[in-house]
Amino acid sequence: MKSIFKQRVMTGLFISAGLVGMAAQAQTIDPAVQEVMKKSFREQGIAKLDRIEQDEFQRLCSDEAFYASKEGQQKAIALQEKALKEIKPPSDGKYLGDWKAGEAIAQSGRGFTWTDSLKTVNGGGCYNCHQITKEEISFGTIGPSLLGYGKMRGNSQPIIEYTWNRINNSKAYNACSNMPRMAHFNLLTEQQMKDVMALLLDPASPVNQ
Amino acid sequence: MKHAWIAGLLLAASSGLAMAQPAASDMLAEYRKMLADGNPSELYEAEGEELWQKPAGPKKASLEKCDLGLGPGVVKGASAQLPRYFEDTKRVQDLESRLMTCMETLQGIPQAEVVNGTFGKGVRKDLEAIVAYIVTQSKGMKISVPASHTKEKEMVALGEKIFYLQGGPMDFSCASCHAVDNKRIRMQDLPNLTKQKGAAEGWGSWPAYRVSSGTFWTMQRRLNDCYRQQRMPYPIYGSDATIALSIFMANKADGGEVQTPGLKR
Repeated sequence: MKSIFKQRVMTGLFISAGLVGMAAQAQTIDPAVQEVMKKSFREQGIAKLDRIEQDEFQRLCSDEAFYASKEGQQKAIALQEKALKEIKPPSDGKYLGDWKAGEAIAQSGRGFTWTDSLKTVNGGGCYNCHQITKEEISFGTIGPSLLGYGKMRGNSQPIIEYTWNRINNSKAYNACSNMPRMAHFNLLTEQQMKDVMALLLDPASPVNQ
Repeated sequence: MKHAWIAGLLLAASSGLAMAQPAASDMLAEYRKMLADGNPSELYEAEGEELWQKPAGPKKASLEKCDLGLGPGVVKGASAQLPRYFEDTKRVQDLESRLMTCMETLQGIPQAEVVNGTFGKGVRKDLEAIVAYIVTQSKGMKISVPASHTKEKEMVALGEKIFYLQGGPMDFSCASCHAVDNKRIRMQDLPNLTKQKGAAEGWGSWPAYRVSSGTFWTMQRRLNDCYRQQRMPYPIYGSDATIALSIFMANKADGGEVQTPGLKR
């Protein structure tokens, strides 16, 4: 995971360095902030220091004023389009897994902290921010309610593909979406994402009762 | 004793996936009512007061001459006006980094011993108890961190940038959870730290006793666990990023009420 993360960050740095050279209204990065961050953190367990190196989305979305500017909005659209193209459909063409497994993934907020290990089975942490089923009353409100998700939208191919894309990389539709990019950083496996898909879209799932 | 079974009750309430809705919310209400009864951080506070007065370290001196910003030995109201700039260290310091300075200069205990230590252990555990004592002496007072000194202004500005700084595999920043009103993670209400009201609620009620872990948490420990959950690397104890975030929150909270030590889930 570390090497993938690093590689993406490096690519991001290279591209944005090029843009800074060309565009007049590019985002300004305060080196003092970077300096303080470097001195203020150390690695612990699986949480290495490359996690404070930002990629292009992170850099854009850390700067509300620039994001709101015309240049920032253009940058957001360019990043979204690029991210959308990078999303891979399921390798076997099947989008829906097992909703019961999906519910367990939605419940679990484990993974990627310095108290987790590489062997930790990661969760989606979905309930942290979303209402999903009627049965679970301990849900967060940062994201929209997903209760009745499939019942309201149906199971058409565009809906299936949109939902798949949104789970894979929510920022492909909204550059500064609060939702983690599940596939981009391998937060969930392909099978886990299929199971979450089933939780949302399977007519038998408690989400759609 | 009581907090042990409150914790059990909370655990039952928060893990009750199969539990019927009314029963679970009743339990949470009951739990909140019990929280109002008494705060186990009194035990830490008593220990901290003793440690403050007791000669310790290679220099066998107490901390009673420690200047927390209101003059040597003044404890009353001290935490209400922190973080602030200190002329002798030429740094903006929060309560914990300031106590490290005092332990080093007065008692001869190297700061590295605290910085490289662990929460709840050794010298850092002593420091945490002293924090409990100090913050109780400001309870009910007004938060007063106007950041009028140039160095304080600089730290507030730095803290604001760090507050919005995204990173890690989940793209989180402090703002991911704490920049909008009336949001929660699971059942946990999230203060909006970008506004005075939310900042006063958040900053004003930490340090606190945490029922779920049965321990007293300083602000450094609170921030440490926030960063753990953000999936970021480990914030170094007393580092400038943590102090910058602290003065950013405290400055936003200016004029609010100090409710420390708080009592939390």
